[in-house]
Amino acid sequence: MTAIVATNETILVVGGGISGMTAALEAAETGKQVVLLEKTAALGGRTSQLYRYFPKMCHPVCGLEINLRRLKSNPRIKVLTLAEVTGIAGSSGDYTATVRITPRYVNENCTACGECAKAVSTLVDDQFNYKLGKTKAAYLPNAMAYPQRYVLDPSIIGTAEAEKAKAACKYGAIDLGQKEEIVQIKAGAVVWATGWQPYDAAKIQPYGYGRFKNVITSVEFERLADPHGPTGGKLLRPSDGKEAKNVAFIQCAGSRDENHLRHCSRFCCMASLKQTHYVRERFPEDGKSTIYYIDIRAIDRFEDFYQKVKADSSVTFTKSKVARISLNEANGNPICHGVNTEGYHRYANEHDLVVLAVGMEPSVKGMNIPASVVADSSGFIEADPANGGIFGAGCATNALDVNRSVQSATAAALRAVQVVNKVARAEA
Amino acid sequence: MSAEKKVAAYICKGCGLGERLDADALVNVAQKEGKVQLARSHDLLCSAEGVDLIKNDVANEGVTHIMIGACSRRAKTEAFYFPQNAVARANLREGVIWIRPDTEEARETTQEMAEDYIRMGCAEVKAMSAPAGNPNTGSARTLLVVGGGVSGMTAALEASRTGYPVVLVEKSGQLGGWAAKLWKRIPVHEPFKAPAGTGVADLVAQIQADPNIKVYLNATVTKTDGAPGRFEVQIATESGSVATEDIGAIIQATGSEPYDANKLPELGYGKSPDVVDQAGLEALARAANGGPILKPSDGKPVRSVAFVQCAGQRDADGQHLPYCSGYCCNASIKQAMYFKDGNPDIDTTILFTDLRTPGNGEDFYRSAQEKGVIFSKGKVASVSPGAGALTVNFHDLILDDKDAKLEVDLVVLATGQVPNSGVDIEALSKPPVEGEGGEATVEAKPISILNLQYRQGPDVPQLKWGFTDSHFICFPYETRRTGIYTVGPVRRPMDMAQAREDATGATLKAIQAIENAQLGRAAHPRSGDLSFPKVRLEGCTQCKRCTVECPFGAIDEDEKRFPLFNESRCRRCGTCMGACPVRVISFENYSVDTVGSQIKAVDIPDEFSEKPRILILACENDAYPALDMAGMQHNEYSAFVRIVPIRCLGSVNTIWITDALNAGYDGVMLMGCKHGENYQCHFVKGSELGRYRLSKIDDTLKNLNLETDRVRDLEVAITDIEHVPAMINQYAERIVEMGMSPFKSF
Repeated sequence: MTAIVATNETILVVGGGISGMTAALEAAETGKQVVLLEKTAALGGRTSQLYRYFPKMCHPVCGLEINLRRLKSNPRIKVLTLAEVTGIAGSSGDYTATVRITPRYVNENCTACGECAKAVSTLVDDQFNYKLGKTKAAYLPNAMAYPQRYVLDPSIIGTAEAEKAKAACKYGAIDLGQKEEIVQIKAGAVVWATGWQPYDAAKIQPYGYGRFKNVITSVEFERLADPHGPTGGKLLRPSDGKEAKNVAFIQCAGSRDENHLRHCSRFCCMASLKQTHYVRERFPEDGKSTIYYIDIRAIDRFEDFYQKVKADSSVTFTKSKVARISLNEANGNPICHGVNTEGYHRYANEHDLVVLAVGMEPSVKGMNIPASVVADSSGFIEADPANGGIFGAGCATNALDVNRSVQSATAAALRAVQVVNKVARAEA
Repeated sequence: MSAEKKVAAYICKGCGLGERLDADALVNVAQKEGKVQLARSHDLLCSAEGVDLIKNDVANEGVTHIMIGACSRRAKTEAFYFPQNAVARANLREGVIWIRPDTEEARETTQEMAEDYIRMGCAEVKAMSAPAGNPNTGSARTLLVVGGGVSGMTAALEASRTGYPVVLVEKSGQLGGWAAKLWKRIPVHEPFKAPAGTGVADLVAQIQADPNIKVYLNATVTKTDGAPGRFEVQIATESGSVATEDIGAIIQATGSEPYDANKLPELGYGKSPDVVDQAGLEALARAANGGPILKPSDGKPVRSVAFVQCAGQRDADGQHLPYCSGYCCNASIKQAMYFKDGNPDIDTTILFTDLRTPGNGEDFYRSAQEKGVIFSKGKVASVSPGAGALTVNFHDLILDDKDAKLEVDLVVLATGQVPNSGVDIEALSKPPVEGEGGEATVEAKPISILNLQYRQGPDVPQLKWGFTDSHFICFPYETRRTGIYTVGPVRRPMDMAQAREDATGATLKAIQAIENAQLGRAAHPRSGDLSFPKVRLEGCTQCKRCTVECPFGAIDEDEKRFPLFNESRCRRCGTCMGACPVRVISFENYSVDTVGSQIKAVDIPDEFSEKPRILILACENDAYPALDMAGMQHNEYSAFVRIVPIRCLGSVNTIWITDALNAGYDGVMLMGCKHGENYQCHFVKGSELGRYRLSKIDDTLKNLNLETDRVRDLEVAITDIEHVPAMINQYAERIVEMGMSPFKSF
């Protein structure tokens, strides 16, 4: 049974991505008790699935390492993974959250030695790689995973495979009898940092995502570029494993569109500009990138990053919202059709691979939070006194890049600290 | 720690360690060579039983120093958590058995590797002590906010709401800053369709009603002395009075000014009163007070208006601002609505190259289109004043018409933000360039904002274009001056909504700095570290390298010109320790000795053994985790390397390298983070300073008659999981080529 010591001076942080981790760490480093919940098996969230960050082209896991070290050395934070909030009752300064914990089938005895993975042969979709690859059914979620503990995929529970994993573990770490648990957690304030999900590209029917193998999303492209991704960092396209040297990036795939997401997702222009670097990095001689855009939104200090990409002769900018994508059946190449609005030229351009710069949708739309929280019509949490001691952070509140998410999360941490300080003063 | 030092070594046999290594021999090495008073092995040290064994020895055997020979220091941190003790970890799993083949012929060198790590761990822990905390703490809990605009007022109110007193200093006679000069603001709540009230008056009223906030108007900070938790700040007012305040942490919210439109004569500014900047239009709107906006030239109602976006911004030619200010597109949309909402017949045209309305700004943009605002993609070349009207000449990018013209009554230039960041201390420290016409190449602002009494200059260092941002992506608040946080457009171009969020976050960081200073703890990235630099002044030669190199400006000089450490400003990177030529600076848990004694503890086989020894000093933030993950993936590398994690390349004292070479190591590899413009060093300048220092090592090598390749400086990123083993193996081959070090027999 999971035991959590929490009081109405505890801050509950929901979501273990960069926003949630930041909020938890900043509050804990100010001296507060924190419970951090993450619905998957490891912390890190979507940023840990990115290959590089704009504009420094540095690696997201570098900051993750620092955050994990802060976390490991801070006894004020209790982390629960595979945990989801199903209800929140009470009011500011006095909440009780109901949390469902799904079984990992591996307990804290796990040393991450990897023997269970060797014993198991079943392969399951690798969620960390957006299902672009497979992983063993006993797996460490990723190289940086915290907790550094294996997970058994529920699909093998009750099969001989699970027994094999259990037999391979010398430390009694595999517990096939684990059951779903429901626990109640007290908290004075709640930081809701459930992040975002890529807009479902299949809904943008004319672009053929799901029908054409060589039309992928920007988040999937990150996994292809990552040396630790399913292709070992080679830009190989899904249909035939051919090198994708001529890559199209389609901006506003789902964003700025009344039929899909009304808002601008803010990060996608910079993400595509960044991804043109991946193409050049892999194919310095003959890599080609084409960006189809409405406006390039390299906002504020990112402008020079845009100017550098613009100066690169391997990158073409076409001001156009691509009308539709068709398939060249002979070679599997996607063909982008549309009109270049700068001079009104029609085009039909063939590419090796099309990357849809998909928009950002709040993961749990504000209105779906199991408490009364004010959200806008897109589902982003608004700052509103009616939310009491529940504060949105990061992409749950707006379409933000990493830098701004961290700012937002730090601000949310302060708001939560204000509530628990008030509770402490009242109790003193 | 008053108790007598008692060192114990624990060897784990779990995770295959027991099968791959001779644990009894390791226990023996710890006892005989590591000279620990107690050495034990255990089948699974991280199990509850194993941890209890250690706890029991601490409680009943008086063990103070713990050496754990098991997995990496990055693993099982909850189990091996002994904050009261000095702890060293010998990495036998990720660092030895997982990077070596499980073969009979590899067994000997694998065991030797493990034995060396035990020797190193014992030597390290003996040279350490559990940090007792910095006694030089400060207990001031008041927050100083410099700047009374929206960012500053937000910070002040948020701090007060959290229970901390605030001193707010504003240089002008009233609060509100630029926002007070606006007619309306960009909406922040749904439906994002029309300009909203600024809310500034309400903020000012809240400040005035708050007994926790003390406001100084017409005031400037004339002196900031001390450190987080004990800043002493002098505030001078126009009337001549000077007050001194005890301050815990500082928020600099000094905002921005509009880019000077006088620099844009080609756009008609200064040539016609009917060409205004965005601030000018706000003034006209306020004067109109909801009525028709009037032309400055003749006082007649404006019938048509053009907004020129990116005026003096996004300029690649280096004449004007190279950046985009981020807020101006929404601001022009808002200003166009000032006209359209009053009279839909007024023609409003926004000339832009890329319209930038992120997030829900898109709804605001759509609302403007619905209201009839014309958006035209074009690059404005000039504005020519004519009789009764202005002609805007632009390149229409949609029709590709280079001679497009638009006649309007009024032109608004969206000129963007220039930060008020005070003195550029890095420009100050650069020697003046002689000749060159005598004009200063840098437009250095001579007036300091904080007047810091720091050895390294009076203001917060700037990163680029005058912004004080440190520009960590993951850690946007980390300036290079501990306990001083910059917020709002002084840090990065931003709008009011973002500035308010920014100020709220920075307030948390400032409060955290106050709490840390009180407890003598380090701030990010070594949060909570209780160690701090100690200096043996009797050995100091006053060379000043530590005071010059400290990336965080923590070290001043006292009256006798000795370094004066301000521990609460320190981030514990150890750059001072690396810089010190006489090695008088150390931390309780990290010192020239903790690393040096590890280097010396390694057994160096003779030159005929064909067993070279390569020392790797690896940055704990990036290189060490990469090596660790290489281990987790069982990527093999040479058994001849001995890896010592270091806090930062900046902390590397060259004595370690010369000692290693003198002791007969055959090569030294330094692994640190990228430096320069896109630096990845978590201590900002640490790896750069370390590298600069190490670039001089060639002379030492020549003096020793050694090949310069005996020392290799490598840039390693945390993702180099596959590269790092290859780098090691290539270097091991290179060592074989060069031959063994001639120093072995000495």
